[in-house]
Amino acid sequence: MSTVVLLAMTGLGLGALYFLIASGLSLIFGLMDVLNFAHGALLSIGAYGTWWAASGNLPGAGPGGAGFVLAVLFGTAVGTVAAVVLELAVVRPLYTRPREQVLATVGVGLAVPALLSGIWGSDALRFPGPEALSGTFSLLGAEIPVNRLVLIAAAVVVLVALRLFLGRTRHGLVVRAGVEDRAMVTALGIDVRKAFTLVFAIGGSAAALGGALGGLYFGSVDPRQGTSLLIFAFVVVVTGGMGSVTGAAAASVVIGLVQQFANYYTAAGLGDLAVVVLLAALLLVRPRGLTGRLA
Amino acid sequence: MSTVTGTPDRTSGTPAAPSDAPAGADTARLLRWWPAAVLVVLIVAPYSALPLPGLLDGPVGSAGSLQLLATCLLFGALATGYDLLLGRTGLLSFGHALYFAAGSYATNTIMLEAGLPFAVSALVGVCFGIALALVLGSVSLRVTGIGFSMVTLAFAQAGSILVSRNPGGFTGGEEGRAAPAELLPSGLVGIEHTANLYWVALGYLVLTLAVVHWAVRSPTGRVWEGIKENERRVEVLGLRPYGFKLTAFVLAGALAALGGLVHLLLTGGSTPQTTTSDFTLSLLVMVVLGGSGTRWGPMVGGILYTWADHRLGDLAGSGAVADLPAVLRVPLSQPLFLLGVLFVAVVHLLPGGLARLPSRLGSALRAPRGTTGAGAAARKENRHS
Repeated sequence: MSTVVLLAMTGLGLGALYFLIASGLSLIFGLMDVLNFAHGALLSIGAYGTWWAASGNLPGAGPGGAGFVLAVLFGTAVGTVAAVVLELAVVRPLYTRPREQVLATVGVGLAVPALLSGIWGSDALRFPGPEALSGTFSLLGAEIPVNRLVLIAAAVVVLVALRLFLGRTRHGLVVRAGVEDRAMVTALGIDVRKAFTLVFAIGGSAAALGGALGGLYFGSVDPRQGTSLLIFAFVVVVTGGMGSVTGAAAASVVIGLVQQFANYYTAAGLGDLAVVVLLAALLLVRPRGLTGRLA
Repeated sequence: MSTVTGTPDRTSGTPAAPSDAPAGADTARLLRWWPAAVLVVLIVAPYSALPLPGLLDGPVGSAGSLQLLATCLLFGALATGYDLLLGRTGLLSFGHALYFAAGSYATNTIMLEAGLPFAVSALVGVCFGIALALVLGSVSLRVTGIGFSMVTLAFAQAGSILVSRNPGGFTGGEEGRAAPAELLPSGLVGIEHTANLYWVALGYLVLTLAVVHWAVRSPTGRVWEGIKENERRVEVLGLRPYGFKLTAFVLAGALAALGGLVHLLLTGGSTPQTTTSDFTLSLLVMVVLGGSGTRWGPMVGGILYTWADHRLGDLAGSGAVADLPAVLRVPLSQPLFLLGVLFVAVVHLLPGGLARLPSRLGSALRAPRGTTGAGAAARKENRHS
């Protein structure tokens, strides 16, 4: 029983991490038809930003307590700025050429991890975190690391915030309408490109937050982390239906749990395999994703 | 089908002559043979002791330089094969690495586990790669657009995970597996035979260029072009794109499997790096860098990328860059950063890749003459009206 609980909580934690990446990816793809290959790089930027601040380089920030919160905020802010710069400088000039937009993000996804490993080395660096988050707590007889809870809580907060933003605000309405039919929104005289920058900022901040908290989850940061998580985020986006935040949340829970349980109860690595095979099978059976949204 | 095969005379027509033909027909005819001249230079390169400081570490004929040149040629060929999908048929596959790795790993595993001679293993290995491309291609092509890209990515990722998990000790996991030297032809083993490996890579490049050139000029190749431009219209013409796309996929897969075989010989083993999605992405970068859908572009991109990837790091370690301040030194010491930035720049500023550079420069040089004439007059007219 305790193993099942531990696996479930770890799976949920992993799913929360996937959701933080996939929610932005899904919105960006749904609105702009751009599969953002640089999204993993945004996560890495967030992770390194937090690591840099928490290592004592930023005044006031540190590995414990309020200092760590400040470090996470700093990492998230850096990731958001990077996402906005990416949209304005790289993606926007290619507005009329969708395939080139994808290619340009591939280039950025290649360049950023290389730059990070040039500055801080290609080896994994120990991630400093508060004492309170490095311990475990008991749940139904299982000792569960606290950082799983942090990730889950962050994902829930992001999900609720995104739902409120999309459902209750005017900008959210524009984004939702843009996902449905971009041409119609443009025809109604609304500048969708402002919404493009907005979803990039939202997606970038969610991914950077994921990077910052992912550092806690993995205990280290390395330049390739974001890129290796990106594939599973793609799986989540496709499974949940592109452009749907709620779908991405449901899918990330499923994917995280499937991966953890299959990895434990069958041979190691089979869970990862199961997930990618699931993606292929799903696309072939239901090309529009689980929620029936346009894929 | 009949509408396409009915016009063989168009397919057998002479290749497009250079547009500046009237200036000197004889010169133009001679200039058209430049690939042959380049080929001759490449064939005799191992006999040369010419030093190319900066470009290569030692003289051209030294083992290290030949190894690098052979790798460049191999990737030039691989990119050319990949462009069969991307630039010729408009299929964005993220799983091309799988068929490359299949050729390498299957051949290696058969030699190691069954102890069969190299020729038999190579044949079976390449056939395995082709069969894999046929099966997975026929499944992946059931979805279109970005869905196809994702399915190919998923299959390649599954292959990558399988290889790194080392089932039954067949793949060697993260370490990869060295090929059994005693089973390989003796002329292709050892540092003193690097020239032979170089010629194998060159032969593979020539074969790939010939196959791609022949394929895109065949009736099927014309349908590929149509599918790339507008798939719906091809359907309206009464053709089923599925079969044509599958042909392109399997042909590209076969070329990749053959490339895996060359890579096995060249590096003396199979490495899991060749199975990753990063490997496919680097092929994508090569193709777009050089010029997707052009005859020489992907090859140029592949050669340039591979050379830069190997040499830029060495150059950064050498004196000139090491003395620079950190702000300049760090980015310059990362070949992938430079390549990524160059790639983004090419995508932005040079649609069509490096292959379009000569014609773009040419039109830029001609442009000033054009604007002083009719163009400017017309524009002036417009402004007044």
